[in-house]
Amino acid sequence: MSIANKISRILDYLKRPEKTSHFAKERLQIIIAHERGMRDKPDYLAALQKDLLDVIAKYVAIDKEAVKVDLERKEGFSVLELNVTLPDSTL
Amino acid sequence: MTKIIVITSGKGGVGKTTTSASFAVGLAGRGFKTAVIDFDIGLRNLDLIMGCERRVVYDFVNVIRKEASLNQALIRDKHIKDLFILPASQTRDKDALTLEGVAAVLEELSKTFDYIVCDSPAGIERGAQLAMYFADSAIVVTNPEVSSVRDSDRMLGLLSSKTKRAEEGQPPLTEHLLLTRYSPKRVARGDMLSLADVNEILAIPLLGVIPESQAVLRASNSGDPVILDKESDAGQAYLDAVGRFLGEEIPHRFIEEKGNWLKRIFNLKERETV
Repeated sequence: MSIANKISRILDYLKRPEKTSHFAKERLQIIIAHERGMRDKPDYLAALQKDLLDVIAKYVAIDKEAVKVDLERKEGFSVLELNVTLPDSTL
Repeated sequence: MTKIIVITSGKGGVGKTTTSASFAVGLAGRGFKTAVIDFDIGLRNLDLIMGCERRVVYDFVNVIRKEASLNQALIRDKHIKDLFILPASQTRDKDALTLEGVAAVLEELSKTFDYIVCDSPAGIERGAQLAMYFADSAIVVTNPEVSSVRDSDRMLGLLSSKTKRAEEGQPPLTEHLLLTRYSPKRVARGDMLSLADVNEILAIPLLGVIPESQAVLRASNSGDPVILDKESDAGQAYLDAVGRFLGEEIPHRFIEEKGNWLKRIFNLKERETV
């Protein structure tokens, strides 16, 4: 083993490992904000989205990503919003 | 008026049963008649932590199925006269706990007890849901670690929607954060989420910080809840947390790294701690 190699190994040994707690905090803040956003949405929304997509796909060739289902709670009522982007050729 | 407290966390192994045992002992030690119930059906462990495993004859499910009376199933604590333990059943029947059954047991206990501590199982299945359903207060036990913090946040979501109080539109239950297995040394080193980090993310009032401590394993080895080890840091931290729960103003301890490195070199005993 060369001297340079030995020195580098010694330096590595002495070096403090990188701090990691800030990664934990940042990752948690992002995932928890996302999950809190999903919290109030009913479980059937994903299934509903899939069924709607299947029905529309029966008649129009659409992009699977082109259907967006959203539920918004307002005081006293909820709004179910359905957005379908149809390809140009169908118009 | 009886108060029902749920000890919950979502994640397993963070210290729910340790906390349930110590909290129940702490409340009973203050003169409140207290019952502590193990909701972990199939994986009974509160009895071991409380040191009464050889005295279990009847359990929670026996009472629900009316195979035994509540008085027959309740085990009087060996240390404190006002403390009783209701052990979980070891049955593998997932449906052994019913909402009506749990309601009936809690109602009967409410006639004579001041506090009922519900030790929730890990997860979000029936046992965990029933443990929190009737609660007036929730103590969310969290480790300063990513999966535990995330699961705690998930439990906070359930506490605000899947409880009797939430469903009936009553005032919400009170939420308390108990940060356990905290190591100020690792926080100072930048390798552990700090108290401030967890507080900022979960945003519920802090009840206490229990330091990572060898006393906790010693306590479970011997079956004497760690709060009884009044010399230990964890025991003192639990005593403080119980005081705060009862409305006393007690400054937080064990959240700063103790002493400097020079001191630590000469204090070998302290180096034992994580």
